[in-house]
Formats: sequence, structure tokens, C-alpha cells
Amino acid sequence: MLTFISKRILEAIPTLLILITVSFFLMHSAPGSPFSSERSLPPEVLANINAKYHLDEPVINQYFYYLGGLLQGDLGPSFRYKDFTINELIGQSFPVSAEIGIWSFLVALLIGVGCGVVAALRQNSWLDYSVMGFANLGIVLPNFVLAPLCILFFSIYNHWLPPGGWNGGAWPYLVMPVIAMSTSYIAQIARITRGSMIETMHSNFIRTARAKGLPKYRIIFQHALRPAMLPVISYLGPAFVGIVTGSVIVDVYFGTGGIGQHFINGALNRDYSMVMGVTILVGTLTILFNAIVDILYAVIDPKIRY
Amino acid sequence: MITTKDKIQAVEQFAEKVVEVEGRSLWQDARRRFFSNHAAVTSLVVLAIITAIALLGPLFSQWNYDDIDWEALSDISVLGRPNIENGHYFGTDTLGRDIFVRTMQGGQISLLVGIMGSAVAIIIGTLYGATSGYIGGRVDSVMMRFLEILNSFPFMFFVIILMTLFGRHIFLIFVAIGAISWLDMARIVRGQTLSLKNKEYIEAAYACGVSTPKIILRHIVPNVLGIVVVYATLLVPNMILLESFISFLGLGVQEPMTSWGALISEGAQNMEIAIWQLAWPLGFLVVTLFCFNFLGDGLRDALDPKDR
Repeated sequence: MLTFISKRILEAIPTLLILITVSFFLMHSAPGSPFSSERSLPPEVLANINAKYHLDEPVINQYFYYLGGLLQGDLGPSFRYKDFTINELIGQSFPVSAEIGIWSFLVALLIGVGCGVVAALRQNSWLDYSVMGFANLGIVLPNFVLAPLCILFFSIYNHWLPPGGWNGGAWPYLVMPVIAMSTSYIAQIARITRGSMIETMHSNFIRTARAKGLPKYRIIFQHALRPAMLPVISYLGPAFVGIVTGSVIVDVYFGTGGIGQHFINGALNRDYSMVMGVTILVGTLTILFNAIVDILYAVIDPKIRY
Repeated sequence: MITTKDKIQAVEQFAEKVVEVEGRSLWQDARRRFFSNHAAVTSLVVLAIITAIALLGPLFSQWNYDDIDWEALSDISVLGRPNIENGHYFGTDTLGRDIFVRTMQGGQISLLVGIMGSAVAIIIGTLYGATSGYIGGRVDSVMMRFLEILNSFPFMFFVIILMTLFGRHIFLIFVAIGAISWLDMARIVRGQTLSLKNKEYIEAAYACGVSTPKIILRHIVPNVLGIVVVYATLLVPNMILLESFISFLGLGVQEPMTSWGALISEGAQNMEIAIWQLAWPLGFLVVTLFCFNFLGDGLRDALDPKDR
């Protein structure tokens, strides 16, 4: 097991290096530069700025400068927010997104698994149809519709919640972002749970457990839930990364200042180091959580051996 | 002699009887199961109707999708309301353009983008997965590692890079997006291929000297088609949603052309004065996505051999 874990971590390093390299060159091959704007700068100033950020050198040199900085944990200066480094900007915005994300993740997991299990146990009843209908609604309702509807309902009509802002993460400011963030995940988790739970409940060992005369709650919680969670867990790994690294929709509508807006704005403004920083963050988390999913699989499923 | 003749006759008679009891193929079975699923069949019908309206609807309106009704423009919240008499069946937007025709025109774009993106993703994913799974060994592990690397890229990163490269050509963008969203498809097809690989008919084809590309195209791909179809119906709504997200960011289709996503994001801005501007395109989008989801579920129940 320990060798498996260490092997998995060692494998991640070349993957990460390729990720950095490819995204660096892709980003720099996009037309435009961070300082090409409608109000063009005097050429001398532009040349000075380019020299400061090494933009006048060949891309390959810039790549090595960047890698050198990265080895010291320096993600470089932001081209857009001129007085900040990327480390500072990500340090400010990532905790916000992570807090929204972790709450949304917990909400999505609890409600999603609960709905899925209930729907599976009462398969083809009105309860099943209504739960799954709700779940499908969560998939088809885009969150850029959900977010303004939330504001309209909770803030404008009813004045229950502040319409936006962050305020250090006080709970009234968390509710709407969490709703907007978790709905589609609730729906996906419920669907996957329902499917795998139905399959598990039809399998032989559940019949055996039932034949032994075990009470229903013990069949469900001790025998069925563990194998039924396997497909859910393989979905949860990437989903957790997606949910924690935030969403531009939530940031735009609720003004929470998370990391989602930085990524989109960075890419649109050719803020190279910002895009690279977020890409590296997301990539690292993705690789990490895929590894964690593999390890969890081994823990949950006794059939898997490494 | 006579007894053997009898026997031969008996055998022939028996053979005729056997022929009469015709076996049902996998696809016939699937069709029967699909048509007994009411939700899926209804979804299929509704989707057909929506497609027909989106294609033919504009013919029944006196407005064009870029016409501005100067009269309605003067007071959108009153004169822009849905009204049969002046031809604005769904009302107008804040620029006085007819929502009915724009919803239909947006529907054409959204559906086309969804189908094209998925088609590209499915062709690449199926071929990649089948190749990787069938050849196996070192090729397989290299191809799968490549997949894993692509998978660790943030999806939006690709989308934004592609948009900067292709500008506002929405179709090119979606061909390109299709070209990067085949990862799950490839993984699913590879898994199926691994279980098909050791079947007798593949071995027979190999023994007859059929070349590897031909085995993949003629023997593997048709047999994984079931799962591909299921996945395709689930991919189309994702593509439509992605398009609407891109339009929300203001990077989607070029005005005056529109799409459901662009209409919804405009509608969401004006929802306090003109709720119909949000309601109609949102209604069409939600119903379409619902239908695709039910259709996908129905097809999966029909085609999944595990679920007999």
C-alpha cells in the first residue's frame, strides 16, 4: 500500500511538468499580449515594460525564467494587477473559493447521496420520480440562471440575505453561493448514487443478507452503502477539485472575490502568470485528488489489491 | 435406409420449425425496451417537435431575428409584452427584437452546436478508446497516460485558449471543444473494448488475417455503439450548457445572431422589467435538456445488457 501511494505521487511529477510546459506555450501562442490595449502606450514605455517582464526575450527563455521562479515557489508578478504577485492574489482568493467549495461539497454529498439512496430504495414510486425530477432540474438549470433567481428571491423580494459580498465568510453571505454552487453537484451525485444503489440492491450478497433476516437499516448501511459508493467516489474526486476552485458565475453574481473570476479575467487579459498560477493550482489538485480516489478505492473495495 | 430417410426428414422438419422461431437481435430487443419506456419516448417526440419549431418557426412570423420593432421599443415593459396581434408571440427584448424568432434562431444554433461538438467528441473518443484498448500493452499505457495529462488541465483553460485562437467563429470553437471533450468517451470505450477483445469473433477475424485497423473499425466499433449512443445523448445537453455558459461570459455567438444561452443571459439582466425575455428561451432550454437526459436514461436502460 505504501509503495503504491509513493509510486502514485512520483508519477504525478512528470505529469505536472508536462501540464506546466504545454499550458505555458499554449498561453503564449495566443495572439495579443498583456499590455496591448486600446489606449496604446508610447513605444519606449512598452519596451521598458516588456524588458522588465522579460517579454522581449524568446518564449523559451521566458519559460526557463518561469520554471526557475516556480522552483522557489514564486508564481511571478501579475501583469494585470500591477502591485500584486500571483502568490498574493491566489492567497487572497483561494481561501474564499475553498470555503464556499467545502460547504457546497458537504451539502451536495449529504443531499445527493440521501436523495439517491431514497430514490433507489423506492424505485419507480412517486417518491423516486419526484426526487429524480428535482435532481434532473438541478442538471438542466444553469447556475447563471439560478444565481440571479436566488438574489431575486432571497434579497430583493424577501430581504432575508445580503445580495452579495463576502464579509470574512459570515454565514449569511455563504448561503446563496453554496446554493448556486451545489445544485448541479447534488443532481449528479443523486443520479450516480441511485444507479449504483439499484444495482447493488439486486446483487446476491444483499439477497443473502435479507435471507438471514437482517433488519432493513442494517442491510442498507452495513452491506449496500459501501459497494454502492464506489462509482460516487470516482465522481467525487474531480468534482471536489471543480467545486473548490470556484466558479466565475458565483464570483460575478455574489461578488465573493473567489478564484474563478481571476482565471477567466486572466485569460482574457493575457495575464500569463495568473492563468499559469491557476492552471498549476487546479492541475495539482486534480492529480492529487485522482490519487486520493485511487487510494480510497483500495480502502473501500477489498477486491482491489496493489 | 428407410429409417435414416425418416430421420433426415425429421431433422429437416425440426430445422424448419427452428427457423420459424426467429431470434431477436440485440437491437430489436433494445428497441422493444426503449419503446416501452414512456418518459424516453415522450422526450424523443418533444425533441422532434422542438427541432421542427426551431427550423420552421421563423417562417410563420412576420419578423426577422434582427428586425427592430420601433413601435414596441418606446415602452418595452408594456408594448413589448407577448401579444398575438402585433406578431410578437413571445414579446420583444429591450431592443424591440422579436423574442419568438430569436428563440427559434437561437435554438438552431444551440442544437447545432450541441450536436456538432458531441459528434466530434464521439468520433475521436471512440476511435481513441477502441485503438488503445485493442492494441493494449505499451501503446495502451502511453495513450492512457496522455489522457490523464489532458484530464488534469482545467477545462476552462482549453476553452478560453481556443476562443482566443478562433475568435468568434462559434462553430469552429465547438468543433475544437468537441476535440477536447472526448476524454470520458475514450475511457468508457476502452473499458468495453477490453472485454470484447477476447471474444471468439475477434479471434476469428484475427485468424483470417484481417488487419488491425479493420478489426477496430468493423468489429470493435459496431459492438461498442450501444454505450456510445447513450453517452452521446448525455453529451449533447452538456455541450448546449457549455455554449450557454460561454455566451454568458459574452464570448459566444456574434450579434445579431443569437443562441439560447445568449438570450438567457440577456434575459437575466432584464428580468425585473421583461420577465418573458428570460422565460421563453429558458423554458426551451430546460425542456430540451430535460428531454435529452430522459432520452439518455431510456437508451441506457434499453441498451445496457447488464440490466435484463
